Amino acid sequence: MIELKNITKTFSEGNISVHAVRDVSLVIDKGEIFGIIGFSGAGKSTLVRCINLLERPDTGKVFVDGKDLTALKAKELRSARKKIGMIFQHFNLMPSRTVAGNVEYSLFGSGLSKEEKRKRVRELLSLVDIADKENAYPSQLSGGQKQRVAIARALANDPKVLLCDEATSALDPQTTSSILELLQSLNKKLGLTVVVITHEMAVVKQICDRVAVMEDGNVVEEGDVFSIFANPKHKITKDFIKTTSNLQKIEGLIASGSDVAKLKPGEIILRLSYKKANTSEALISEVSRKFNINLNIIYADVEIVKDAPIGGTVAIVSGEKSDIDAAIKHLKCKEVGVEVIKHE
Amino acid sequence: MNEILHILLPNVSAKPNEIIDATLQTVNMMVLSGAISLIFGLIFGVIVVVTSPRGILKNAVIYNIMDKLINVFRSIPFVILLAALIPFTRMVVGTAIGTKGAILPLVFGTVPFFTRQIESALYEVDKGLIEAAQSMGSSPIEIIFRVYLRESLPGIIRGVQITFISLLGLTAMAGAIGGGGLGDFAIRYGHQRNQTDVTYATVIIILIMVSLIQGLGNKAIKKTTH
Repeated sequence: MIELKNITKTFSEGNISVHAVRDVSLVIDKGEIFGIIGFSGAGKSTLVRCINLLERPDTGKVFVDGKDLTALKAKELRSARKKIGMIFQHFNLMPSRTVAGNVEYSLFGSGLSKEEKRKRVRELLSLVDIADKENAYPSQLSGGQKQRVAIARALANDPKVLLCDEATSALDPQTTSSILELLQSLNKKLGLTVVVITHEMAVVKQICDRVAVMEDGNVVEEGDVFSIFANPKHKITKDFIKTTSNLQKIEGLIASGSDVAKLKPGEIILRLSYKKANTSEALISEVSRKFNINLNIIYADVEIVKDAPIGGTVAIVSGEKSDIDAAIKHLKCKEVGVEVIKHE
Repeated sequence: MNEILHILLPNVSAKPNEIIDATLQTVNMMVLSGAISLIFGLIFGVIVVVTSPRGILKNAVIYNIMDKLINVFRSIPFVILLAALIPFTRMVVGTAIGTKGAILPLVFGTVPFFTRQIESALYEVDKGLIEAAQSMGSSPIEIIFRVYLRESLPGIIRGVQITFISLLGLTAMAGAIGGGGLGDFAIRYGHQRNQTDVTYATVIIILIMVSLIQGLGNKAIKKTTH
């Protein structure tokens, strides 16, 4: 649906030039929710603006729905943009227009009659579940409500693609969740291809099918969300995953000398992490029984990503050394990540 | 009533028709030169903003010419501009004196000022709105009329208020080239013939005019801000 080929974008001001995007190529399939994650300044917002040419790349080509946007004339580009919806971190609703007026804005030049426009606006507003605010002004709405209106506005011309630039970054966690659910349902209902720019791994985890990780203008890692979570390769990806998981906290607990991390002689602390999408066996009780060892779970953090459990367990293991070693070997065969964090 | 006026304002009540005429001349100059200045100021202000380095129709040549011209005209004191424009005014309107002769220099004095007011009002429009409009496929003309001018309306009205009040000051100076009006009236009688009550009366009339501009403007701003 979207294909970016060797996109480069450099901003220069005076003598200083910033390479916002360096030779990025991406393919985003029809109907998927694609995430682009990175810390601020990684170039993700510039990259998403290259998709509808709000930023024209210095080099490279942008194909959306088979059309090379970089080759279009100004007028053709404008009509192509009507088929690419976009929503923003700060909503960008027009303060002088009512909710209905904001949605109607994008129907300008659509050839619909006044009555048809009104009908379409109502449809869109009920699609995003905010029909009751039709006559309110943006200043009277909460952040989540504003974003719903912005989504309705972005969908007015039946776009095939929706670009979300940090669309939930200004919202509280509950509202974020409800907006993400809305995006997901629109993706299913309308077959919409959604591109989500974010700096929060939780957003990627909740709705994305695939994700690209950006750092310093480059895409450093790309893949389906489950495998990125299960086997992150790049340091930055690991850093992002840490932000959504508790499994890394054990190092902190040990360093602070917490009681839960105190060991008796012969005990070790293990971190087990699930790396495959089919981890449904009762691993803990199985190794415990089979190898005659005890596993005292300090904590576990398992979540469902794309219908498969992901995460792991941190446990204190006690027993004969040979038994423990055999158990670790067995777990490794099952493709469970095993790390010895501390031993006495 | 008449007697009280006679005691308080002896010189004014001696020439009621003249003060009414002077007021009407001032209003006349304000409305005519104000209307012309608004049109040009609005057009120039929009051109400066859209051609500016970060504008939607970036054009360094047009921007720089406009910007420098505005600065040149803004830096000429109005009294000097009045005198300097006399030959040009005579060429264009046929006369350089009277209310008619005052309109052109007033426009020259006001347009650059109002252009800057429009400019700052338009710069106040959130960049994000322009970006959103572009992402919805709006053309530059659509963005100017449907986003810039519409969203900055309260700011534009504020600019109009300030411009009209400063214009009122300029019309008083236009009296210097025989433009008539309240300024001329106050100088001829109040200053040159030492009829102080005439000066006070004109000040009060001008004060009322300023309050009217301010009051109407504030009402309009309130109505257009959501």
